[in-house]
Amino acid sequence: MIPAAFDYVAPSSVDEVVRELAAAGDEAKVIAGGQSLLPVLRMRLAAPAKLVDLGRIPELRGVRDDGDAIVIGAMTTHYEVQRDPLVREHASLIALATDTVADPQVRHRGTFGGSLAHADPAGDLLAPALALDAELVLSGVDGRRTVPAGEFFTDIFTTSMRQDEILCEVRVPKRTGWNAHYEKFNRVAQAWSIVAVAAAVRTEDGTIAEARVGLTNMAATPLRATAVEQALVGQPATTEAITAAAQHAAEGTSPSVDGNADLEFRQHLARVLTSRAVSAAVGA
Amino acid sequence: MRITVTVDGTTFTDDVEPRQLLVHYLRERLGKVGTVVGCDTSNCGACTVHLDGHSVKSCSVLAVQADGSEVTTIEGLARDGRLHPVQQAFHDNHALQCGFCTPGMIMQSIDLLADNPDPDEQAVREGLEGNLCRCTGYQNIVRAVRAAASTMSGGAGPEAEQVAPASNVAGGGDR
Repeated sequence: MIPAAFDYVAPSSVDEVVRELAAAGDEAKVIAGGQSLLPVLRMRLAAPAKLVDLGRIPELRGVRDDGDAIVIGAMTTHYEVQRDPLVREHASLIALATDTVADPQVRHRGTFGGSLAHADPAGDLLAPALALDAELVLSGVDGRRTVPAGEFFTDIFTTSMRQDEILCEVRVPKRTGWNAHYEKFNRVAQAWSIVAVAAAVRTEDGTIAEARVGLTNMAATPLRATAVEQALVGQPATTEAITAAAQHAAEGTSPSVDGNADLEFRQHLARVLTSRAVSAAVGA
Repeated sequence: MRITVTVDGTTFTDDVEPRQLLVHYLRERLGKVGTVVGCDTSNCGACTVHLDGHSVKSCSVLAVQADGSEVTTIEGLARDGRLHPVQQAFHDNHALQCGFCTPGMIMQSIDLLADNPDPDEQAVREGLEGNLCRCTGYQNIVRAVRAAASTMSGGAGPEAEQVAPASNVAGGGDR
């Protein structure tokens, strides 16, 4: 399968990208790692007139320490994120979720920012970004702005980015010493999550002091399981207490339903996977 | 667009359409037909090559994105008439049935061994999760990767990559 013809530019700066996007209007599409976009182009589900490639802009790549946060460049590949010492130390949930993305070849090309900007409800990095209160730094013709993850994902494959904007980097507050786990349920031949749960937990002397739980693919956007989070705080880090709190996991969810799983099964998965994710995080 | 790519040690400069996929460039322009197109949907991994030292599915990379890069295909593995140890291990362990997934399996196995020189069975299976064998011949594939790991345990440098006699080079009439 061969994509429809398009013009291609690979600018060397963010300013150039933004100008290209502003000039091209709806005709242009940004390509990051291309691991979601190229299959779509090959199947001709999309046929943009122009591709603007972010692959030649070094400043978009890499992870840096920024005091109370780490900053992940949008073009940092999954492979790099998995192995990055800052991510592993201060945002281990992101490293663990990234381990489950697709397969090694895709992780070599696919990028952290591309995955977030694509906003696939089954994407594995959205729920961790939401659960960790990540902030997304966007650049457009009017300059830079920062959007909290909770306001970035607006619908299926849809974000609050404007047409001339790109995602440059993601600021993740440090949660050093927190325990994390990403529990995913998927068909073996495909790595898309049917449902997955991202959990980051801080314990004090065997008691859960803080908990953050994000749900993958339980709605058009990633969700926080706030009722679970509240129910966990103050509880002992035991399987019984965690399982009881996890019964709230499906509250407020509205997953889309397909041949993989119906509504009831998805809600069941949310509860079971939440229990497993939190238990695995705290070692219960 | 004009691109310059080094493929299997030879540098090529060509004009390509931006929409041309790397796998089609390799096969149709350069004649590197050892790299095959399997599923055409990014699932199967048959088209796996190394791009600047890392495995990628060449059906999911544009040729223009490879401009300035180094590509290694299955055709670039044998050295001085000797098979790469992973190729040899696939041969020795009968790690293929129809053989269509083999180029991708071998390229991904080499990538896996570069990251993890001594993978256990689970690590091999996870490392090859992006490669599908429709013959379901996974048992011997896993066996071959583990055998290659022990062959290469002295280090995966150039010398370790030269262990097989010349007569076993691909196309050497094993059928």
